[in-house]
Amino acid sequence: MVQKLDYLRETPSQTAGPYVHIGLAPGAAGFDIYDQEMGWDIAGPNAKGERIRVEGLVIDGTGSPVKDVMLEAWQADSQGRYVDPKNPDATEEGFCGWGRVITNFETGEWGFDTVKPGSVPGRNGSTQAPHINLWVVARGINIGLNTRLYFDDETAANADDPVLNVVEWENRRATLLAKRTERDGKIVYRFDINLQGENETVFFDI
Amino acid sequence: MTDQGEFFQRDREWHPPAFTPDYKTSVARSPRNALISLENTQSEITGPTFGHNAFGTHDNDLLLNYAQAGESPIGERIILHGRVLDENCRPVPNTLVEIWQANAGGRYRHKKDTYLAPIDPNFGGCGRTLTDENGYYFFRTVKPGAYPWRNLVNNWRPAHIHVSVFGTAFAQRLITQCYFEGDPLVDKCPIVKTIPSQEGRDSLGAALDMNASVPLDSLAYKFDIVLRGRRSTLFENRMEGN
Ligand SMILES: [Fe+3]
Repeated sequence: MVQKLDYLRETPSQTAGPYVHIGLAPGAAGFDIYDQEMGWDIAGPNAKGERIRVEGLVIDGTGSPVKDVMLEAWQADSQGRYVDPKNPDATEEGFCGWGRVITNFETGEWGFDTVKPGSVPGRNGSTQAPHINLWVVARGINIGLNTRLYFDDETAANADDPVLNVVEWENRRATLLAKRTERDGKIVYRFDINLQGENETVFFDI
Repeated sequence: MTDQGEFFQRDREWHPPAFTPDYKTSVARSPRNALISLENTQSEITGPTFGHNAFGTHDNDLLLNYAQAGESPIGERIILHGRVLDENCRPVPNTLVEIWQANAGGRYRHKKDTYLAPIDPNFGGCGRTLTDENGYYFFRTVKPGAYPWRNLVNNWRPAHIHVSVFGTAFAQRLITQCYFEGDPLVDKCPIVKTIPSQEGRDSLGAALDMNASVPLDSLAYKFDIVLRGRRSTLFENRMEGN
């Protein structure tokens, strides 16, 4: 006999299902119910740093785009600072750092506008390369998938990044790199997420 | 500084695995490689917070938030309420809880839902609220109907409400579904059965709560939500956690 550990157990996850958009992005799903929706503006108007767009597809094991995904992003500002509710003045006014998007129901394309984050502190005095934390849910995904988007033009920072270096298979690290391109004078990073298959994206247990 | 510590490891055997062939859609959407385990950094232990000013008065009242003036949706009126706690039994205050659901006939207001049950003109099917300082939340709504779905030919989803919660860090982000006490469809559902243990499945059942019901108005169901707990790091070189 031993004493009982009085911890509660985390509520088990369930799939977000095909209609996640109604609940979490009703405007995009086609009906107006809230005066103000959440998560459509990550950086706000005042944030310093390079304005970028991030775009991609989520691709399933058959090679088809997944068209009912919801993605959430969490990132630091261009100085590498996460929004801290205890110290709201540390980041620019209106910078939220968090966003959510849904895929286009016909094409599966998703995208959001933001500023490129700076390097952020890692564990034990290390430095993490600029990255955006992503969380992916959809019908058929039983528990949200965590991954990170790194930038392919940050070669030196990426080489020293403690998290990328945890990925033992160097070829798989490439699945975390977004490709920098330019379109109509705008910087666009392409980041496709492969749920399965040869180029399966690295997902993390955080 | 209870919101600075790292998190208890998530028990992946308690949650559904990614690959659950009886829930067919998971087959092509489940990663096959092992997840890479990360020790928490700032990126995981921080997360978004939300202010009251983003909310409308009726955002947590699905009986009113889409109804025409003087009308209300059809169905059994219920209160869904409970607390958001963490694994340390501490309430999680001021955190965003969002829900979505089918109407009383089992139909979603979504262009991809073609079930033959009718749309209810007075029911939108989504709501949101912040927990109060004690981690408490409530919604008013109608009890959703069961609906058929394409998996096996004759699979029906039990009545359920989808629930999304944030906590204080990106590592706590969670989406789940709440079921209702006494529903015989729960034990037959391939999505419910993605959860490995009976104890885990039972933890998603909202209990009929007569004490919180409103006589001559609404029944009540209680649904507590538990998010990952933070570690005390008293025995490490950084004094964080509680
Ligand atoms: Fe559903």
